[in-house]
Amino acid sequence: MNFDPTIASITVRAALGRRRALLYAIPPLILIGVSAVLRLTSPADPSWPARILGDFGFSVVLPLTALIIGTSVLGAEVDDGSVIHLLATPVPRRVIITTKVAVATVATIVFAAVPELIAGLIAAGPRLALGLFIGAVAAAIVYNALFVWLSTATSRALIAGLGYVVIWEGVLANLVGGARILSVSHYGLAVASSVAPGHALRPGVGLVTACVLSAVIIAVTLAVAVRQLGSFSLRGETA
Amino acid sequence: MTSIELRGVSRWYGNVVAVNDVTMTIGPGVTGLLGPNGAGKSTLLHLMAGFGEPSRGELTVGGAPAWRRPDVYTILGLVTEGESAYAFLTGAQFVLASARLHRLPDPEAAARRAIGLVDMVGPMNRRISTYSKGMRQRIRVAAALVHEPEVLLLDEPFNGMDPRQRLHMMDLLGRLGTAGRTIVFSSHILEEVAEVSGTIQVMVAGRLAASGDFRAIRRLMTSRPHVFVVRSGDDRRLGAALIGRPAVRGVELTPDGLRVQASDYGAFSTDIARLARAEGIRLRELLPADESLDSVFAYLVA
Repeated sequence: MNFDPTIASITVRAALGRRRALLYAIPPLILIGVSAVLRLTSPADPSWPARILGDFGFSVVLPLTALIIGTSVLGAEVDDGSVIHLLATPVPRRVIITTKVAVATVATIVFAAVPELIAGLIAAGPRLALGLFIGAVAAAIVYNALFVWLSTATSRALIAGLGYVVIWEGVLANLVGGARILSVSHYGLAVASSVAPGHALRPGVGLVTACVLSAVIIAVTLAVAVRQLGSFSLRGETA
Repeated sequence: MTSIELRGVSRWYGNVVAVNDVTMTIGPGVTGLLGPNGAGKSTLLHLMAGFGEPSRGELTVGGAPAWRRPDVYTILGLVTEGESAYAFLTGAQFVLASARLHRLPDPEAAARRAIGLVDMVGPMNRRISTYSKGMRQRIRVAAALVHEPEVLLLDEPFNGMDPRQRLHMMDLLGRLGTAGRTIVFSSHILEEVAEVSGTIQVMVAGRLAASGDFRAIRRLMTSRPHVFVVRSGDDRRLGAALIGRPAVRGVELTPDGLRVQASDYGAFSTDIARLARAEGIRLRELLPADESLDSVFAYLVA
């Protein structure tokens, strides 16, 4: 069993307290709002759903939501020292990591993939909506495995993750085509466009490449994160 | 009966040596880890708890290394320094979560028992964020005790407790020790350690400075040479008279008064008053110059 309900419920309460949940809800509401407004004002232009929900949704809303959630599910506890209450137990470290990634992924699906689904229905109908949803779910898993690992590897996980999302995915992947091969948001777009072809989603990688690289990233980041959490050290007073 | 064994354990961070070549065996009962701040007590406790890898040497808990072995937590409990806890949970939820994470067969009963042990039944349904420092400490002890560990490690457990809570905690640790569990706690206050622990390990600057029975260590600490600063009506004449006394090892005349090295604390304090009266010298000031705990510890390592 790789999932622990006790850890999950504490994580949900810590990472998604009432006020924080409101904060996460803002970007997806913007996404849905913009789609509704565009649907009413310019239904003639056929490419705007792909630009807003594909480009903006997959390169801004989805990665940033995953970043904030993924780096806080474990990172916040490491920062304030309360992670010791999880670690001073015989729970296998593998279970802690997979539970944290699972909770972060579900939260990211709620705050980014489901809004994509709703906005997709508003913008272009069920086919595109389903594609965007499945693509976003796939990307959410990869992003959160990556960001949970980052929070075991560095105390500056948020900065490191932001650097990846903004500099690598935001700038480099747009300028240099080759950079897209290591862009999680393009993996998501690849999945989305294979479910909903003909919607001009413009993924930078093929479906097979996206699936293989996603699996590799998930496997490697999970394994390294488990190992790093197993070597968790407390610094003493002299440190 | 589980013991903690350290053989030549050192731990350094870059150029800073936090723990330096410590060898000790800690058996059942209460052991106090005494030392000034920065002596390496926390680092040593973290190493014993498996939250740090010895840079050199060997450390075992119940015969197996603690590092990278989550199974050790079936027999070990740790209470860290500070107040970290899930503040949004109630005390009861927090201890119950700990019981579940330990996979106890009846987590509810175990949590109730542990909360009773630390005397937190009254406020257990309040959120931890509303607790005082001492209450947080007690609920964290309950969470660490919930699986009835053979070994319990506590870092500065009496910090922030009022006298009544302190007595209660001391009594609890004493009872656990008498029941055959291995209890180790750190403190920088001699009196705390003296109250509860049969055995004391004194750490100074990363090294084990003294170890053994409390009474032996107390004797080491009080029969050491003391330095006093004395100011009087006639320092030179008083100095001349003092050097003739057996309890005095040396006298130095300084602009601020006499610095007197006494070999025996008690004898010197009664001697000096009698001497001054006999010589007709007025004593203005008598100050022990090195009563800080640090100097007591420094003496032990010298």
